[in-house]
Amino acid sequence: MTDHLLEVRDLSVQFHTAQGIVRAVNGISWHLDRGETLAILGESGSGKSVSASAIMNLIDMPPGEITSGEILFEGRDLLKASDEERRRLNGKRISMIFQDPLGHLNPVYPVGWQIAETAMAHGRGKAEAYDRALALMERVGIPDARASMGKYPHQFSGGQRQRLMIAMALALKPDILIADEPTTALDVTVQAEVLSLLEELQEETGMGLLLITHDLGVVAEAADRAVVMEGGLVVETGTPRELYHNATHPYTRKLLAAAPGKGAMREPEDGPEAILEVRDLKKDYGGFEALKGVSFDMHAGETLAVVGESGSGKSTIARLVLRLEEASSGTARWKGEDLLTKSPRQMGKLRRQLQMVFQDPTQSLNPHMSVFQIISEAWVIHPDILPKARWPERVAELLDQVGLSPEHAKRYPHQFSGGQRQRIAIARALALEPDLIICDEAVSALDVSIQAQVIDLLGKLRDELGIAFLFIAHDLPVVRDFADRVLVMQRGEIVEQGSVRQIFEQPCAPYTQRLLAAGLDSDPDVQADRRAARLALAGN
Amino acid sequence: MSNSTTHSTGPTDQQAVTPEAAVAAPVTGGPSGLRRILRMLVADKLALLSALFLVIVILCAILGPLFLAEMASDTNLRARNAPPFELERGFAYILGGDALGRPLLARIVMAARNTMLIAAGAVAGSMLIGSTLGLIAGYAGRWTGEVIMRLADVIMSFPSLLLAVIVLYMLAPSIGNLVLVLAITRIPIYLRTTRAEVLEVRKRMFVQAATVMGASRRRIIFRHILPVILPTLLTIATLDFAFVMLAESALSFLGIGIQAPEITWGLMVSQGRAYLTNAWWLAFWPGLAIILTTMSLNLLSSWMRVALNPTQRWRLEIGGKKND
Repeated sequence: MTDHLLEVRDLSVQFHTAQGIVRAVNGISWHLDRGETLAILGESGSGKSVSASAIMNLIDMPPGEITSGEILFEGRDLLKASDEERRRLNGKRISMIFQDPLGHLNPVYPVGWQIAETAMAHGRGKAEAYDRALALMERVGIPDARASMGKYPHQFSGGQRQRLMIAMALALKPDILIADEPTTALDVTVQAEVLSLLEELQEETGMGLLLITHDLGVVAEAADRAVVMEGGLVVETGTPRELYHNATHPYTRKLLAAAPGKGAMREPEDGPEAILEVRDLKKDYGGFEALKGVSFDMHAGETLAVVGESGSGKSTIARLVLRLEEASSGTARWKGEDLLTKSPRQMGKLRRQLQMVFQDPTQSLNPHMSVFQIISEAWVIHPDILPKARWPERVAELLDQVGLSPEHAKRYPHQFSGGQRQRIAIARALALEPDLIICDEAVSALDVSIQAQVIDLLGKLRDELGIAFLFIAHDLPVVRDFADRVLVMQRGEIVEQGSVRQIFEQPCAPYTQRLLAAGLDSDPDVQADRRAARLALAGN
Repeated sequence: MSNSTTHSTGPTDQQAVTPEAAVAAPVTGGPSGLRRILRMLVADKLALLSALFLVIVILCAILGPLFLAEMASDTNLRARNAPPFELERGFAYILGGDALGRPLLARIVMAARNTMLIAAGAVAGSMLIGSTLGLIAGYAGRWTGEVIMRLADVIMSFPSLLLAVIVLYMLAPSIGNLVLVLAITRIPIYLRTTRAEVLEVRKRMFVQAATVMGASRRRIIFRHILPVILPTLLTIATLDFAFVMLAESALSFLGIGIQAPEITWGLMVSQGRAYLTNAWWLAFWPGLAIILTTMSLNLLSSWMRVALNPTQRWRLEIGGKKND
């Protein structure tokens, strides 16, 4: 018999869809020991979450079907156990936390009750359950735990909600904790905190931690062993260090090569005069100041990155400059003219010079329009750019330029993958021949390897067409490879600005230092140094 | 879970991906407009039958009065309440005769014109006005929106039939006035639905993307917002069709709607009500006509909802296979 805590053997799961059978995972095997952290690494569609769903009995059957394999928990095959038996194990012996804590906390109950409920559902008394909930909330670092028990999920920040989810998962001291992309929706500094919390809790309880992630940095930071998945198969297994230095499978190597933050840094040239001058830009919502007076310049052909965590006001800058929202005060001069005082009609004409690429291409492309209609809409709105007879030719040209093929023009957005959709969005922006493209988290929703491709594309366009980019991102490594200059923002203010080299090699502001230390690197050795630096900063 | 797997892209970004893409691509490149619509209609058998039935109803409405006007109004006392399925009085009496011995089949065909005119007029009118106001209320500033919504509240605070009774009592009961009254009472439904949907859709990213490109308000409303909310409006409209037909018959029953000798299906139902115990067919056949018409409209609208949506259209294009 096996002596592993949890072992998955030769598991195959398929889904019956209208287009035939989709094999989600195909004969995968891995195991997890007590006190160990196993990471399952893969991009979207690799099947990395399917085995966890099978363990938790979360696969809908039908359309799902487990065609082969066994899942051994302490030597017993879970797939042969009755539903009642598995319900008793779930939550008590094996529990799970998810990517989006807000979606998994019930908005109408106080959090203390929700944590206690897990314990009560498994037959604990009410008083005992509440005591345990309080202790857990203190343990996961919720400030003023006793008062917080009566609060509702929306009253907590993203990081706190994930802590609450962890508290709920740990309510019954499980043997195994499955964490499905636990930090993907969180800011880097919060991500580092949550990961170290998980690590501490694991040391205290000796549970096995199964960490499902797409992020090489998370693997390097937290995992003891990692399983790399692609297309429903396990392609490689090893410690993070082995994988990083001696990856044998081409896919693992590709993944490692795609990880951003390794290329040469760009040196900004003192070029022509500024095309965009923002002075003392302010925005408040009611009494809350989202932007507290921001000033910066942008030069033609330059790439300026704005980095900061959620709530820092970085997207607000883009929305104000493009007049998607009205600024409270300040000026934004575009080639000498103040954008903020233009009438809607004047603004409409100017818009062709400033374009935007949004974070989520699934939402930023109209699902009712074909690719041809989406791209040519630019010329419907601004008829003086191109005569109608030349539209098909130019659409083909643009699609070619962004790495798609001209016959894609007849299709609709849903027929493309995420990366392809973002290319369409870029082609749409290019159709207006703008001087400035604002990218609002334009690559953060994409898989690492596709992210690298899109960044390459943007770099190519910058060099060929001389377009300036205002690149808004929370992801520092991407910025390091792509930008000329960086603005670091915190709570509506610019805390530091300078060339990429300056920011990454000699950060002055303590916030920038913390942000850099919290970032995760895919090299486990670099990551170990980072962790030391982070602890040193925390010690101060 | 199944979602993430069917829409997965695999590691390479370059290849065409989803199964839908593979299926839909050759079709989108293929035949144009009308043939494509017909092919999608054939793929859904129920929608096809509904469309055929509606074509027949419309033909009846257009051509019926030309040929059957006399037959439908000739009384024949020997055929009073004649039972259906007897051929000795001629084919016109296959559905039986009414209380004055007029053939029901001819009368149903005759009544199709008035019924369709009133129902279609009222539904189209209320949908047009209601959704236009709804678009304005949802997209314009707060003040305009508030004023329009309060207007809708005023209309809704009257029971719609009471309002119709008052108006028709004051105006002469004619088809035009009936359409007007029924249209007004149904406006708030479209108005509120449209406004609610506009408020949601206008926050979507692709609307903002259009704004960034410099699209005019008109373009944003008609090109980006309207196509998204149209299926909802059409669904409501088809459901409302039945309601309007029944409301019209209620008004006719009270004597302030359609006046004899003009007839509608609703009026026929209410006239047949008195004979329900001994001659059920008087009310049954026109009632059946109402049910079949609304049901056909309903089936057709749900087909249309799929056919109008590019992300759903493949279901019809792969030959009507049901998705689980």
